[in-house]
Amino acid sequence: MNTALLELKGVAKRFTLHHQNGAELPVLDDVNLRIGRGECVVLDGPSGMGKSTLLKLIYANYRASAGSIVLQDGAAPAVDLTLAEPRTLVQLRRHTIGYVSQFLRAIPRVPALDVVAEPLAEDAGDDEAALARAREEARRWLARLRIPERLWHLPPATFSGGEQQRINIARNMIKPRPLLLLDEPTASLDLANARTVIELIHEAIARGAALVGIFHDAEVGAAVATRRIDVSQFRRTA
Amino acid sequence: MKSSSNAPPLLQVRGIGKRYGERVALQDAAFDLWPGEVLAVVGESGSGKSTLLNAVAARSRPDAGSVAFLGRDGVQHDVFALGEAQRRLLARTDWGFVHQDAAEGLRMDVSAGANVGERLMALGERHYGRLRATATEWLQRVEIDPARIDEAPRVFSGGMRQRLQIARNLVTRPRLVFMDEPTSGLDVSVQARLLDLLRQLTRQMQLAAIVVTHDLAVARLLAHRMLVMQRGRVVETGLTDQVLDDPQHPYTQLLVSSVLQP
Repeated sequence: MNTALLELKGVAKRFTLHHQNGAELPVLDDVNLRIGRGECVVLDGPSGMGKSTLLKLIYANYRASAGSIVLQDGAAPAVDLTLAEPRTLVQLRRHTIGYVSQFLRAIPRVPALDVVAEPLAEDAGDDEAALARAREEARRWLARLRIPERLWHLPPATFSGGEQQRINIARNMIKPRPLLLLDEPTASLDLANARTVIELIHEAIARGAALVGIFHDAEVGAAVATRRIDVSQFRRTA
Repeated sequence: MKSSSNAPPLLQVRGIGKRYGERVALQDAAFDLWPGEVLAVVGESGSGKSTLLNAVAARSRPDAGSVAFLGRDGVQHDVFALGEAQRRLLARTDWGFVHQDAAEGLRMDVSAGANVGERLMALGERHYGRLRATATEWLQRVEIDPARIDEAPRVFSGGMRQRLQIARNLVTRPRLVFMDEPTSGLDVSVQARLLDLLRQLTRQMQLAAIVVTHDLAVARLLAHRMLVMQRGRVVETGLTDQVLDDPQHPYTQLLVSSVLQP
């Protein structure tokens, strides 16, 4: 087997609630996982078992209580995400790790087209031609995800839940990052749009990305999974 | 943010302490800031966040510690060892300071255009046409109607004054801007516009910034990193979303859980 893009070793997550008499909430324990390019690992298990927590640990949104999460992207030096400096994480999120959450965190006043184009526009800097290409690519994504053209120049804050979710998918998948984390990306989508998301995931797998996802919809999960992991095995058996 | 890993940080703050008589206002504060990074300093009033900002910006000398700033010459300068003239030059070229109360950062009775042009004139620009063209361009960038270039900020609304203060600071293309509660005196609708503007400008200009705020939503929107202060000490640091979504320290947990979610 070639080197894993992502390797979790002995990862645990406990929350300590200092204002609830220091209560400890153990969520995950001893997670060991290797994920390679071209894989789509679907996380299974009842809610509350820590599926989202696992994605958030990989995104370094949550801090691991134990263990290491090592990212090895091509020739770049390996990075343990649990120890990385904030500025390293900012760079990795920009170039290497994408994350599609369930909800769009809307930015006031920014039109949908610019929200979607932003990850490419950031790299374009002052290069007008590159900026134009970023916006052209954003139009393509908006059209593909069936966002009506009349909405493209409006800020998404007032859009419906499904429209916001599609904006969020476009924004976070437009840049082909090597690792993609998906937290119920199809939860409020109709059948046609859920199918489009399945296609997008298949395309990401085909270009060699590694994906880890949670899918509420069993059909979507079955359509994209190359491997399934039951997260309830990572509970502490005490 | 280019990651030339051998270059020193833009700003290196070590061991800053400050006492007012018996009271310890700030103890052993330390952090690095890299080009293009926005750092939010949060905490309640009296936590020492403004004391930290004023010490790092060399506006009031701390009792202990050092601040090193990486000049355009690629050399780290000990800010407190600079002469008064050098420090003033730094403060009006490579640094900016945005006050909570715009009246502190503006000349309220001279025109908007003169407010924007002042730093350029201090650097030797005397050409009236160029000064006016630059002022017009900056008024547009901060969304002030250039037709109001000859009016004094005294007749402007709070939001316009704050945007003018930002233009006045950014006109020399500084690399580091200090902001003390930049949005907190403003109506909520005006805040959103200012925040969006600040977010755009910091990204476009690759500005490093230190933003003192008690508003966690402001930190979430603007900052890459956060530093949480309590009773003069830094109690937690990390990526903004780490600190807000997975707070570790008891005080940060209290702060985050005390915010009403709209």
